[in-house]
Amino acid sequence: MKTQNQRAWLFVTPVLLLVAFNALIPMMTVVNYSVQETFGDNLFFWQGLDWFAQVLKSERFHNALGRQFLFTFLILIIEVPLGIAIALAMPKKGPWVPFCLVTMALPMLIPWNVVGAMWNIFTLPDIGLLGYFMNHTLGLSYDMTQDPFAAWVTIIVMDVWHWTSLVVLLAYAGLVSIPNAYYQAAEIDGASNWAVFRFIQLPKMKTVLTIAILLRFMDSFNIYTEPFVLTGGGPGNSTTLLSIDLVKIALGQFDLGPAAAMSLIYFAITLLASWLFYTLMTKNDNKS
Amino acid sequence: MAQIKLSNLRHSYHPNPSDDADYALKKIDLTWDDGGAYALLGPSGCGKSTLLNIISGLLVPSEGKILFDDQDVTDLPPAKRNIAQVFQFPVIYDTMTVYDNLAFPLRNRGRDEETVKQRVTAIAEMLEVTDMLTTRAANLSPDNKQKISMGRGLVRQDVNVVMFDEPLTVIDPHLKWKLRSKLKELHQRVKATMIYVTHDQTEALTFADQVVVMQEGEIVQIGTPVELFERPAHTFVGHFIGSPGMNVLPCDVKDGGAFFAGEQVGLEGPLESPITGEAEIGIRPEFVSISGNGAGLPATVRKVADVGRHKVVEAIANDRRVHAILEGEAPAAGDQVNLEFKQSQTRLYKDGWLASTPGEGVQ
Repeated sequence: MKTQNQRAWLFVTPVLLLVAFNALIPMMTVVNYSVQETFGDNLFFWQGLDWFAQVLKSERFHNALGRQFLFTFLILIIEVPLGIAIALAMPKKGPWVPFCLVTMALPMLIPWNVVGAMWNIFTLPDIGLLGYFMNHTLGLSYDMTQDPFAAWVTIIVMDVWHWTSLVVLLAYAGLVSIPNAYYQAAEIDGASNWAVFRFIQLPKMKTVLTIAILLRFMDSFNIYTEPFVLTGGGPGNSTTLLSIDLVKIALGQFDLGPAAAMSLIYFAITLLASWLFYTLMTKNDNKS
Repeated sequence: MAQIKLSNLRHSYHPNPSDDADYALKKIDLTWDDGGAYALLGPSGCGKSTLLNIISGLLVPSEGKILFDDQDVTDLPPAKRNIAQVFQFPVIYDTMTVYDNLAFPLRNRGRDEETVKQRVTAIAEMLEVTDMLTTRAANLSPDNKQKISMGRGLVRQDVNVVMFDEPLTVIDPHLKWKLRSKLKELHQRVKATMIYVTHDQTEALTFADQVVVMQEGEIVQIGTPVELFERPAHTFVGHFIGSPGMNVLPCDVKDGGAFFAGEQVGLEGPLESPITGEAEIGIRPEFVSISGNGAGLPATVRKVADVGRHKVVEAIANDRRVHAILEGEAPAAGDQVNLEFKQSQTRLYKDGWLASTPGEGVQ
């Protein structure tokens, strides 16, 4: 009889355990909550897909989802072109390279709740640098705790400040990997600056930009800490993004069933959008 | 098309060059005739790519001038010089089709689509890439990519010069000779001046009518492949061209004759001037033979390599290595032999430079 070597289990088991404890089991718990009703005391009642139907029909969810898409759309449309522009303007060699790279990386090193707190103080109308400047020096009325528009501008600017660097660094990495001969050939071919960007730089940056957009999409779609610390979702519900609303339902109202259903829907939307985007971006790669 | 003249050219990558060693190009005076096929040959780092980039305008020389048909173009950017350059690694525009790649230089110069179509079709025909015109250029093999980058150079009818910077580096060996003969054929058809930079002597000698040999930022010799082979102007050229290269043996000069290991060696002819510096004899392995009558330079055979068409014998004479290329019979390793140098092909070099002149022969 053939001897069976069982040693492979030794190598696979740690990974299985790790994935089980940090993804599968928590996720199944959520699935578990999403189809039941509980009133505490570990008493559960079967609810079927009711919570899903409820969430999908709820206007509150639609609004939060709309705000979420608007937020993600706005920051992508600002951060990606801005990041590319900054990367193009950065020196490609010389003593300023490390200086620029470190400066760019700094905002990303700051903990998220600190970013929120910083911007909160920064924008206070009476003592914050920006808030005071806007209200007392420029004479504008700027108070993001009162005005939804000001609150939106602030969370967008804060995210741009915090995360544009990621796009810059990735685009920069793509740019410096372009051999000099491409620029020389383009110069000889009489290409304009725009043509160089369109036909050399942009195609060579495509892979890193795909990754950058994907990361920024997922992160911004799941954003919680910074707007929560900055505005707490207000004024009113104006900056209540999906994650903030989810936490309100789960921990504020303790509606575990609907919250679980909502988080699964939320997860599915993120996954679907990421998959669609990635497939569209890479589908022409191997075609002639 | 134009005659290209380089006058008193010097170039340094240092901001403040102080001595000769700081210069990548020491002093270049050179004229490239219209329609010629030239090769620029030299080891890596000899300044040949620097020279090429100065002609194309990618680099501005520290000193000196570049004239195209007596018109000073030193300060003109590459796009205004009407030149074409093919790089070591094929440069193609990934997202475009082959057709758009070839059309790119014409469209950038605002030619109408009718002219573009006509030129692209003609060039594609010439390069035998007509069937690939609608393919995306990113999906081509390296040799076809390199063909496309050549095509982008040739597509403009009025280019002054087409320059090739080691264009066959990334091409598979069995495709190299194919592309090389294609190049030669293209030169005959388009009659543009072509400059081919390489460190490979075979590529240089097969492509060019005139070869310019460079070493450490200086031009050592300009000549036809035959001239470079037969009368190297410098021992460097002798070493660099030929396989194996020229035998260079230190010698003493007395009364106008050369002596190696105490024996007089017959030279091709009289010396140009009295020899004061370091003197060396130069003889190609092709002209070294083994004497049957016991006359000639005594030597011990160390190695014999059979390379197919002939045998390469490495012998030691007076602690110096001498190569000989022999047809047919060859001695075995360890044999004692006498080497004979063909007198009309034996040259004398002074401080590296050729000092003997062809003539009656000096005993």
